[in-house]
Amino acid sequence: MVMTGSDEAPEIYLDHAASTPLRRAARAAWLDASERYHANPTGSHRAARAARRALDDARDEIAATLGRSPAEVVFTSGGSEADNMAIRGVLHDRGGAAVCSAGEHHAVLEPVEHAGGVTVGLEADGTVSPEGLAEVLRATESVSVVSIMAVNNETGVINDIPALVDATRAYAPDAVFHTDAVQAMSWLDLRVHVADADLVSITGHKLGGPVGTGALLMSDGVVLDPLILGGGQERGRRAGTPDVAGAVAFAAAATGADTERSEVVDRLGALRDRLLVGLRSQLGDLVLPTVLDGGAPVVAGIAHIMLRDLEAEALLFLLDAAGLRASAASSCSSGAQDPSHVLAAMGIDRTVAQGSLRLSLGHTSTDADVDAALAIIPPAVERLVTHGGG
Amino acid sequence: MPAPSREPVLVMMSGGVDSSVAAALLLGAGHEVVGVTMKLWGGPSDTGCCAVSDVDDARRVADRLGIEHHVFNFGEDFERDVVGPYVGDHAAGRTPNPCIECNRYLKFDRLVRRADALGFDRIATGHHARVIDTPGGPRLARGIDGAKDQSYVLHVIDESVLRRLFLPVGAMTKADVRAIATDLDLRTATKPESQDVCFITNEHGRKSFLGDRIPLRSARVQDSEGKELGSVSSVELVTIGQRKGLGLAGGSDPRYVVDVDAAPGRQPVVTVGEKADLAVDLTPLESWRWVGEALDDTDLSFQCSAHGSPAPGRVVHGGVEWAAPHRKIALGQSVVAYDAHGCVVGGGIADRLPI
Repeated sequence: MVMTGSDEAPEIYLDHAASTPLRRAARAAWLDASERYHANPTGSHRAARAARRALDDARDEIAATLGRSPAEVVFTSGGSEADNMAIRGVLHDRGGAAVCSAGEHHAVLEPVEHAGGVTVGLEADGTVSPEGLAEVLRATESVSVVSIMAVNNETGVINDIPALVDATRAYAPDAVFHTDAVQAMSWLDLRVHVADADLVSITGHKLGGPVGTGALLMSDGVVLDPLILGGGQERGRRAGTPDVAGAVAFAAAATGADTERSEVVDRLGALRDRLLVGLRSQLGDLVLPTVLDGGAPVVAGIAHIMLRDLEAEALLFLLDAAGLRASAASSCSSGAQDPSHVLAAMGIDRTVAQGSLRLSLGHTSTDADVDAALAIIPPAVERLVTHGGG
Repeated sequence: MPAPSREPVLVMMSGGVDSSVAAALLLGAGHEVVGVTMKLWGGPSDTGCCAVSDVDDARRVADRLGIEHHVFNFGEDFERDVVGPYVGDHAAGRTPNPCIECNRYLKFDRLVRRADALGFDRIATGHHARVIDTPGGPRLARGIDGAKDQSYVLHVIDESVLRRLFLPVGAMTKADVRAIATDLDLRTATKPESQDVCFITNEHGRKSFLGDRIPLRSARVQDSEGKELGSVSSVELVTIGQRKGLGLAGGSDPRYVVDVDAAPGRQPVVTVGEKADLAVDLTPLESWRWVGEALDDTDLSFQCSAHGSPAPGRVVHGGVEWAAPHRKIALGQSVVAYDAHGCVVGGGIADRLPI
C-alpha cells in the first residue's frame, strides 16, 4: 500500500495495467545515468562515447531479456510510437493493406483504420483465432502488415502468437507480422511467446521503468519507412537524440521483470484469484462470468469483471473516493469513460459492457491490497445497484 | 447564498466562467465541492460545451480551486434524449429547443440520478437564474442580470430538484461574475460565452447536420390565397417570420413566412404574407403545465424564446391570449409564464396556428 496525503485514505493501487510504479532499481539507474552521461551519444568525444556505451549496454540488456539481437532493438518514446512506426512504416514503404484485430489498442487500431485497413473480430472468449485471421487474410488483397496484440490490455487475454504467425505465413506470405506486446512483457517470456513476430512493440512503464521509454523490435531483413527523419540515429530507423538515462532505466526494469517473472506470476496470480473468489462470494451473480470462466488464457495480473446493472463510471467514482484506483475500458482524451471496443468486438452487449471493471495488479501489489479491495468494492457495488446502477 | 455547511455539492462545470465562479462561491461558503463535466457530444463542436478544450478549462479551474474534478460520459443519453428528438422534431416541421431538452433530461435528471447514486444531496450549476422559497415551495426565478437570465431554458426543472439546487451566480451580474473570476485568477475569466446549439458547428451548419440524418423535403411556397410563388429545397430550415431565402421574386412588398405545414405524408407548404399577418391575438398550446396552482385567466407575462422579450397575456382555453397582438410562434417552441416577481409559474409547447 502507498500512503498519500495525511488526510486521505491510504491508496489501494489496482491500475498497474495503465502504468505501474517505478522500480527502485530503475529509478536508481536513471538518476545515476542522468548525472553521469551529460553528453549527446552521437558525438565523437569521450563524454559522448561514454553515453553511447551506456545506451548500447542498455540495448544489449533489453535484447537479452527478449532473446533478440541488440541490432533489432530500436528505442522509441513508448508503445504508441512503436505501434505507429510498425503499421505506418510498413504501409509507407510497401503500400498494400493492413489487418489487425478489432480488440487492438487504439495505437494500432487508429493507424490501421486510418489507412483503410481490415479488422478481425474477437472470439467470444476474447482471443483472436488463427482460423478467423486466416479467413480475413484469404479475403483481403495484398496484405502488407498484420498486427495482433500478444495480451489484451482490458481483459488480459493472451493470444497464441505462434499460431497467428503461422496463419499469416500461410495466407499472406509477403506480410510483415507485428505484435503489440506492451501488456505482455511483465507476464510472459517474450523469448518464446513472440519469437516468430517480425515486429514487436514494448514499453518501459508497464514494467516499472519510466514513462516515455519503449522500443520496436525489428527482425533482421524487415524494412520500414521511419516515422521520424533527422540525424540518422538508431541506424536511420528513428531520428532524435537518444534518451540514454531512459534507456538505462528501461533496461533495469526489463531485467527486474525478467528475473522476477516466475515468482511474480505465481504470487500475483494467487492474489488475483483470491480477489475474484472474494468478490464472487460477496456479490454473487452480480459478478457476470469473466474471461477466465470462459477458458481463455489470461495473464496473472489482470482481473477483468463485468458487474450486472451498474455503470462503471459511477463505480469508479465511489472506489476512487474510498482510495481504490482502478479503471474500466479505455479513457478518452477528456477523461470520460468511453464504451469498450474490446468487449464490443467479443460480441458483448453494450448495456452489459458498461459495468466492466479492470483491477490490475503489479510488482508492488500485496495481500493487504486485496483485503482492502474486498472491503471497498462490494458495498460500492451494492449502493449503486440500489440506486438504479448509477 | 447558501448557509455555511460541509454539505457535499456536485457542481456542473462546463468550462465556462459562470460555473467556474459557482464552484468558487460554494467552496467559499464552506461546502465540500466536487466538480463534474458532462461529456455529451462526441462529434465535432465549435460552438458549445463539449469540446476537449472546455473539459481542460473545467479541470484546470478545479485544480486552481483545489477541488476534485470528474468527467461523466452521458453521450448515449444525449443522443437518445436530445439529438434524436431534435432531428425528429425538424423532420416533423417543428421548431425544437435542444437546450431545454438537455436541461430536462441530462443536467436536471440524468446527472441528478448520478448524484443520488454517488451520495450528493446537493447539486449546483452556473446558470443565471435563482431558486427562491415561496409558501408553495421552491420556485425558479429570473436571474438578477436581465440580459443573461436563463430561466426560460430552465423552466423544466422539477420542484424536487429545485429543492436541492444551488444557482450561486443567479444573484449577480455577469460583470460581477467576471470580476470574481479575475480576482481568483481563474483562466476562464475572459472566456467568450458559448452560443448556439453545441452539437451543430458554425462551419457546417444546421442544414448539413440535418441533411446527414434525414432526407430534407422541398416545399411549395404560396400566398394566403394558395397561389404558388416558388419553392424551397428544405422545409426543415424554414421558420415563422423568415423573410430571406425563400426564392421569391423581388419588387413587391416584403413577404414573411406566416405558416409552415410540414406534417408527414404530404407535400410541405410554406405560406407567406405581409408583416401584419404575423401578428396574432392567440397562441394555441399543445401542452401546458402549471408549476404550482393553476393560474388560468390571470394576468401573467410570457416568454417564447431564449432571448425573447416577455409579453403580457393570460392562459385561456388551452392557449395564450395576448394583451396586445403578438408575433406568431412556431409549432414546438416553448412558452414560459412568469408572475409579477419573475417566478416561473408555468410552461408548455406552442401548437400550430394555421392561417
